[in-house]
Amino acid sequence: MTATAPSLDAVIASVSRSKAVRARRRVVVISILAVLIMAVAAISLMIGNTVYSVTDVARVVLGQDVDGASFTVGRLRLPRMVLAIVVGLSFGIAGVTFQTMLRNPLASPDIIGISAGASAAAAFAIVVLGLSGTAVSVFAITAGLLVTLVIYVLSHQAGSAGTRLILIGIGIAAMLEAATQYVLSQAGQWELQAVLRWLTGSLNGASWEQTLPALIALLVLGPVLLSRRHDLDAMRLGEDAASALGVRIERTRLVVVIAAVGLIAFATAATGPIAFVAFLAGPIAARIVGPHGSLLVPAALVGALLVLSGDVVGQNVLNLRYPVGIVTGVLGAPYLVYLIIRTNRSGESL
Amino acid sequence: MTRAATENARGVVVGRRPARVRLLWFGIAVAVVALLAFASVVIGSRDVSIADVVAAIGGSVDNTSEAAVAKRLPRTVLALVVGLALGLAGAVMQGVTRNPLADPGILGVNMGASLAIVVGIAWFGLSTATGYLWVATVGAGVAAVFVYAIGSLGRGGATPLKLALAGAATSAALASFVTAISLPRGDISGTVRSWLIGGVGGAGWTSIGQMAPFLAVGVLVSLLSARRLNSLALGDELATGLGERVAVTRAVAALGAVLLCGAATAIAGPIAFVGLVVPHACRLLVGVDHRWLLPFSGVVGAGLVVASDVLGRIVARPGEVDVGIITAILGAPVFIAIVRRRKVSSL
Amino acid sequence: MTTAHALTATDLTVGYGDTTIISDLDLDLVAGAITVIVGPNACGKSTLLRSMSRLLPPRSGQVVLDGRSIHGMPAKELARTLGLLPQSPIAPEGITVADLVGRGRHPHQGMFTRWSRADDVAVAEALIATDTADLADRAVDELSGGQRQRVWIAMALAQDTDILLLDEPTTFLDVSHQVEVLDLLTDLNRRRGTTIVIVLHDLNLAVRYADHLVAMRDGEVYASGSPETILTPELIESVFGISAAVITDPTSGKPLMLPIGRHHMVDRGGPDAADGPAGHPASD
Repeated sequence: MTATAPSLDAVIASVSRSKAVRARRRVVVISILAVLIMAVAAISLMIGNTVYSVTDVARVVLGQDVDGASFTVGRLRLPRMVLAIVVGLSFGIAGVTFQTMLRNPLASPDIIGISAGASAAAAFAIVVLGLSGTAVSVFAITAGLLVTLVIYVLSHQAGSAGTRLILIGIGIAAMLEAATQYVLSQAGQWELQAVLRWLTGSLNGASWEQTLPALIALLVLGPVLLSRRHDLDAMRLGEDAASALGVRIERTRLVVVIAAVGLIAFATAATGPIAFVAFLAGPIAARIVGPHGSLLVPAALVGALLVLSGDVVGQNVLNLRYPVGIVTGVLGAPYLVYLIIRTNRSGESL
Repeated sequence: MTRAATENARGVVVGRRPARVRLLWFGIAVAVVALLAFASVVIGSRDVSIADVVAAIGGSVDNTSEAAVAKRLPRTVLALVVGLALGLAGAVMQGVTRNPLADPGILGVNMGASLAIVVGIAWFGLSTATGYLWVATVGAGVAAVFVYAIGSLGRGGATPLKLALAGAATSAALASFVTAISLPRGDISGTVRSWLIGGVGGAGWTSIGQMAPFLAVGVLVSLLSARRLNSLALGDELATGLGERVAVTRAVAALGAVLLCGAATAIAGPIAFVGLVVPHACRLLVGVDHRWLLPFSGVVGAGLVVASDVLGRIVARPGEVDVGIITAILGAPVFIAIVRRRKVSSL
Repeated sequence: MTTAHALTATDLTVGYGDTTIISDLDLDLVAGAITVIVGPNACGKSTLLRSMSRLLPPRSGQVVLDGRSIHGMPAKELARTLGLLPQSPIAPEGITVADLVGRGRHPHQGMFTRWSRADDVAVAEALIATDTADLADRAVDELSGGQRQRVWIAMALAQDTDILLLDEPTTFLDVSHQVEVLDLLTDLNRRRGTTIVIVLHDLNLAVRYADHLVAMRDGEVYASGSPETILTPELIESVFGISAAVITDPTSGKPLMLPIGRHHMVDRGGPDAADGPAGHPASD
């Protein structure tokens, strides 16, 4: 040991100081994200085929009757905006949960087969069974849960299952995508439109009936994930170390997986899998908040911002209307590639 | 010390599969493939007699049965050729990357070819089969190099996990471009989609003929790399110590594999898992010597694709399920079994 | 300072999948002492450590802490008494030293309880004890191997357990850092009275730092006791399969193992002499 050990109080003071700095940064980042979401949300209500003023929009939101705006804003744009935020929050928080638990930013539900399961089931339900509406959603949710269960059971062996889970997920995803391709090849022109929504993710035709189940899922399952955030944080040290710190690995994993998959499934049922939102929200949040503390809340906010702004861009910026999934897919792809490069360079953590 | 070494050497000699066993397996494999090919000609929505088959091979199209055979013949040949190419390409890729999960589908090579073709159709008026071949091969090559490059960054080189994730992520990224390009173009999205689903159903002798030179070069390059792949299997450092020019060997062998799967993908669309599953099965039968493994993988690959094609015609009668879908559904469980069997540390 | 806890394994059988690694093993840990477990590769050292810390459930038998089976205890309660530093823990990218050490406080926090003064004190003490206070704001991934290992030990210290198990804490460290880490653990044992169990590869370091030595072979405890009494040429021969001389280390007064190979003998009679001229073995 060195001759002059620093005094206990000095160390406590210095450690608390850096802690306070980080906490402040966190608060600032979260507030900025919240403000951005509100701003984009307001824009999404204002612009479109007809542009309405802030006051018109505000009056509609407050429940007053405004000529024209009441229908366009109140019936079309408002549910669309709320749905965007709800699914964005769900994708973001569920994605970062998977990434944290498996200690791999590439281990998000859209890559390891969960979204593929929901899509394949929805396509099957529409084309082969001829279902529509809520029945398709129920099918997709069930399939998402079932696929997760299969992946989980197949990868569950003694010892660490993280990497195995990811690889098995990739294999299952490939199989399900083949099944989807087959269903697509059997689809008629009319069904094709319905199926494509389930493959790309879109907010078109958003309604309150669609939004409500996803919102309820978020209100129930979101807090479950938040209550496990310390355990999740400990699991980033590796399963052995987390277990030594008193985390029940298996139980935590089970609870967290069920909650996260539930969120993904309900959100997917409402809009289809919006490409890369679950995948990108966590790493982007980690970039802006720094590596300290739980990423769940910042990632959820980033997810909401991504979906909301992706939809605004897809609806208004180009001369053609693109569904939000295409926008996030195309914008997310380069970042995804950049992320793989960075991850592989520096080991395998978020 | 010397004594131990001799014993080891003897142990290795004893442990090696005798050539007789390998030849036997090779013979069996060829016979099975021939049988499957015959079945592929005979089975279909209309059953034909052997006499019709013989007549049709002789060039006769006098009755409907003979005409059916005449349609099934190029299809069977295409399935054989595509299977050979994919099986061989898979074995070479696994050798080049020393990675048990290397496969054109997993590594994103198929999606690379797809995107190249979609871009070609959408902006460059691509329509000829030869054009498809070149574009798909280039796309496949670029994607392969890209995925391998990012998968091998960082600690531990190209581990199976990193390669598979890099491939899956790249596929996802490329797929979103494919959708973005083809979705608003109603006129081409049909063409693109039917190509993406793939299959050997629409085969004709012309397209097989156009594919042939690509395949010939690919097969030749791959088979000639067999001995070098054996050295590479010992690890880059040891291979260098044995006098191998590692980078050159790798580049040449990979070129062969890319030619093979690029050409196969251009004609038959993306077919996943053949390149993954076949070499694994073959290793169990003939061992790890690439001089045996490569030709054997080619033969078994041909058999697998023909069998999948036949199966696809049987299960959905009178319609058919495309071969790429059958191979994925058969292949994914094998992929999962491989992942499950390996120790976590080697993933 | 600490209360003595009794950690014992009785009739312990542990394995992965189809293979049994440890069978019917009994072990009593000496409270307040440093116990070092040695043995050849794959003898079950790490498996024993992992099952004694609840990471691996036993096939049969049990691990008992103060009369209670550890597999039945609430996880956090156990983690307040028994700590483990695994062989290769993972530092999340970019995490700072102070933050990583703070993670050791996990078992002391409830679902909604906030960080307390006691947590601050424990972290600061751990940083001071491991001489890492001046690294507190550095990122763990930019530290050297020796520093990083000290930080991980600091995290285990912040957990503030009376028993601490460490799985090969000196692997990948050069010799000066190996000694540094073992000295640090000895300080901890002497100052706080923490019961320490270490799995070590290096037999001579094990002997020097152990109050109590456990030699394992084929999933069983072959011998245990003070290093002075159990470290004999016969033990080394039967556990490690190599003939060795044992002399007294002039520095520590502890036994010192000197392996004997087939070459480099001062006196005649070794295999060198029997086999003919050195470098030209008679047999082929």
